[in-house]
Order: sequence, then C-alpha cells, then structure tokens
Amino acid sequence: MSLTGLFLILFLAVHLEGNLKLLYNDGGQAFNEHAHWMTTFTPIKAISYLLYLSILVHAFQGWAIWRQNRIARGSERYAVKVTRTTNTSGFAASNMGWLGTVIFIFLVLHLYQFWLQMKMGNTPMAVYEGEEYKDLYTIVAAAYTNLGYVIFYVISMVVVGFHLYHGFQSAFQTLGLNHRKYTPFIQWVGKAYAIVVSAGFAIIPIYMYLMQ
Amino acid sequence: MSQLNLSLKIWRQKNANEKGSFETHQVEANEHMSFLEMLDVLNEKLISEKKEPVAFEHDCREGICGACSMVINGHPHGPQQKTTTCQLHMRHFKNGDTIHIEPYRAGAFPVIRDLVVDRAAFDRIIQAGGFVSVNTGQPQDANALPVEKDQASRAFDGAECIGCGACVAACPNASAMLFVSAKVSHLALLPQGKVEAARRVQSMVKQMDLEGFGNCSNVTACEAECPKGISVENIARMNREYFAAVLKSEE
Repeated sequence: MSLTGLFLILFLAVHLEGNLKLLYNDGGQAFNEHAHWMTTFTPIKAISYLLYLSILVHAFQGWAIWRQNRIARGSERYAVKVTRTTNTSGFAASNMGWLGTVIFIFLVLHLYQFWLQMKMGNTPMAVYEGEEYKDLYTIVAAAYTNLGYVIFYVISMVVVGFHLYHGFQSAFQTLGLNHRKYTPFIQWVGKAYAIVVSAGFAIIPIYMYLMQ
Repeated sequence: MSQLNLSLKIWRQKNANEKGSFETHQVEANEHMSFLEMLDVLNEKLISEKKEPVAFEHDCREGICGACSMVINGHPHGPQQKTTTCQLHMRHFKNGDTIHIEPYRAGAFPVIRDLVVDRAAFDRIIQAGGFVSVNTGQPQDANALPVEKDQASRAFDGAECIGCGACVAACPNASAMLFVSAKVSHLALLPQGKVEAARRVQSMVKQMDLEGFGNCSNVTACEAECPKGISVENIARMNREYFAAVLKSEE
C-alpha cells in the first residue's frame, strides 16, 4: 500500500509537469511532443507498465484491507462515535477507501477518454518541423469545452488532494520512517504537495475552458 | 456541592449470543464522583428496585489497571483526554446531560455482558512474545546494564500502556497496532529485551492478526483516545522492527 502509494505520488509529479505544457500558448506543440516522447521512449514505456500494475495493486490491496477492517470492526456498530485524531487529516484518514473509489472511477473515465484515444482511437495528426505527431492536445481541448466534464475533473482533483493529504505522510509512517526531527517536515511537504498537485491539475481544465 | 440529574442510555446485553439494546435510566450524582461511582449509585438504585445491576469492569480505580473499558459519548474512557473512566469525574458533565454508555465494539473483543467485553485477545498477544526471558536468582547490580536516559524514557513511554484496549475501541479499523507497538517498543528499546526483539515482533504481530484485529491506516484516533497518551511513533518503530526482522530472519 505504502510502496505503491509513494510510486503513484511520484508519477503524479511527472504527469503534472507534462500536463502544464497544455497551458503553453503554442497550439499544443510542446504538449504533443511531450506525449510523443512519453509513449515512445523505451524506459518510460517500461515504467508505464509498472505504473498500471501499481494502480491495480494499490486499488486491490486497498479494497482487501477495507474489507478486513470492516470484519475486524465486528457486526455491532457504535450508536454514538466521535473520531478524534491527533493528525490534522482526520477526515481524509477515515475516508481513504471512499476517496480512493472516486479516484478509481475517475481514472477509468480519464483513461478511456484520453489514454485509450491516444493508444487506439483515430487521433488527428499534427505536423511540426516535417514530423507527424498525434494531436492529443485537440482531444483534450475538445473535452474541456464540456462544462460538465470540467466540473467532474475539478471535483476529482479535490478528492485526489484529500487522498494525498493523508496518504503522503501515512506512507512514511507505515514504512516506519518516523523521526522526531523529520516527521513534521514530511507532514508539511505532504500537505503542500497535496495542495499544489490537486490545484495544478484542476487549473488546466478551468483555464482551457475559459480560454476556448 | 452541586447535584447532577443525568439521563443514561446504557447498553444492556445478557451474553455474547443474545442481541443487546439501549436502556434509559435516571441517576442523581454529584460533581465529585468518579464516573464509576456514578454507575455504582445507579446499580445501588437498580438493586433496591430488585432489578438487574449493570455489569461493568473495574479494578484499581486509580487509572493504572486498564479494566474500566467502556465508550462514553463516543469516546473510549470518556471525552476527557488522557483519562481512564475511573479517573473521569462528574464535574465534566452538566446537569440534565444525556450520556451514552456502550461497550467496546470490535470483533476481537466480544461482549460478555452489558459493558464488559472479553479482552483475552490482548493476553494471548502478550503470551506470544511480550516478555523477556531472564534467569531467576539474585537481582544484578543496578548499574550493570547502562541504559542511556533518552532510550530509557522512550522505553518507559511504551511501558506506560495499561492494555486497556481503548486504541482498538477508538480505531475505525479495530486495529491493535498501538497496544502491540507499545509493548514491542518498551521491550526492544532496553538491553534486556533487545536479545529476543526480532522473534518477539514477528510472533506478536502474527498473534495480533490471528485474533482478527484490523489494519493500521494511520488515522491516529488511538493516540487521541489513549488514556496514557501512547504515541503512534511506537507504531512506526514496530513497523521498522518488523520489516528488519522479517528480512533478516532465517526461521
């Protein structure tokens, strides 16, 4: 859970770095070139298979743990229960499974809409300096003219933010990487990362919707 | 001395197999009573009315035995932090309050009767490795085994655990990680316990899983509700010990 989680956290940074190229005012050239490189460079292709595996393992393990924990809780529930915590991500911490489920649903749609189109769909082509590139930019721009999809995307990013808000520091704690000097720093970085990443991803559809 | 008229919603259950339900009782208490003394007053009243008194666990009544397990208004050992039920005083409640009292709810802690749950699972975890093997005989010289002050303090922080099970009751996953990690830390940090540390952590964790406790998802509700304020630092330490033990172990 923690190892796949940390790997997915790293992936998000790389993904965001690429996506921010959508904001360049160049008709999508930088983004399309980046997408081309990401899908053809062999080491990255190899890592991408590790990524698909990580997502599945992380989701499956999360589900299995959620199920075990439900059974451990017993059949009778508390009539009155207050969850008081000492960390500041109490809401996220107690709802990681539900947040994860929303993210999974989002991922299925997200992959269907962009990734599958890129891999198998009839992608329009763009030509830069005599070479042909798949024009993923046009597909993305078209999707973000739909207000419903922009709203869905932004809400999903808020959910990702909450998931990271707890998940980042939780992964370190699970791996036993707790230290009186460094843990407050890790927690701070985790929170900053959650806000920056979710805000970074959410800005893109909003910006592209407003700029169309 | 101010009097309190309280309405108690108490869980009544005959035994593990029968279904339980809440019963409402009125009780008059004063602000100097402990929570258990307030329950004593209720039971006196029930006995005089020829009714069955409420079964609840208690022993030392000075906050060190960990027997007084119950969930008061949604908090194990009540809403006052770092306080056992027996040390919770009625001055923290207001006249006219309604107080919900339930047993711990966890698969590994079946209800025996009313508010009493069977916490023998904790005993079996201790039997699995929560001890040090030392020769009996004359105690050795106090300074024969030097222990650094910080190390000793951290071991003592773990040793403060009274095994009350509030961590399990508070955890949304009914995980016993705080309890087990406090025991593992307490012993692994001291030279006497270090010898068996690798075997201990593996067998205690194994027993914990066998008992059907849940997994830790770092919610930290255990730390917030622990009457002794045991830190989740111990859980990270146990995880470190466990990973190292599993990697190095040849068994």
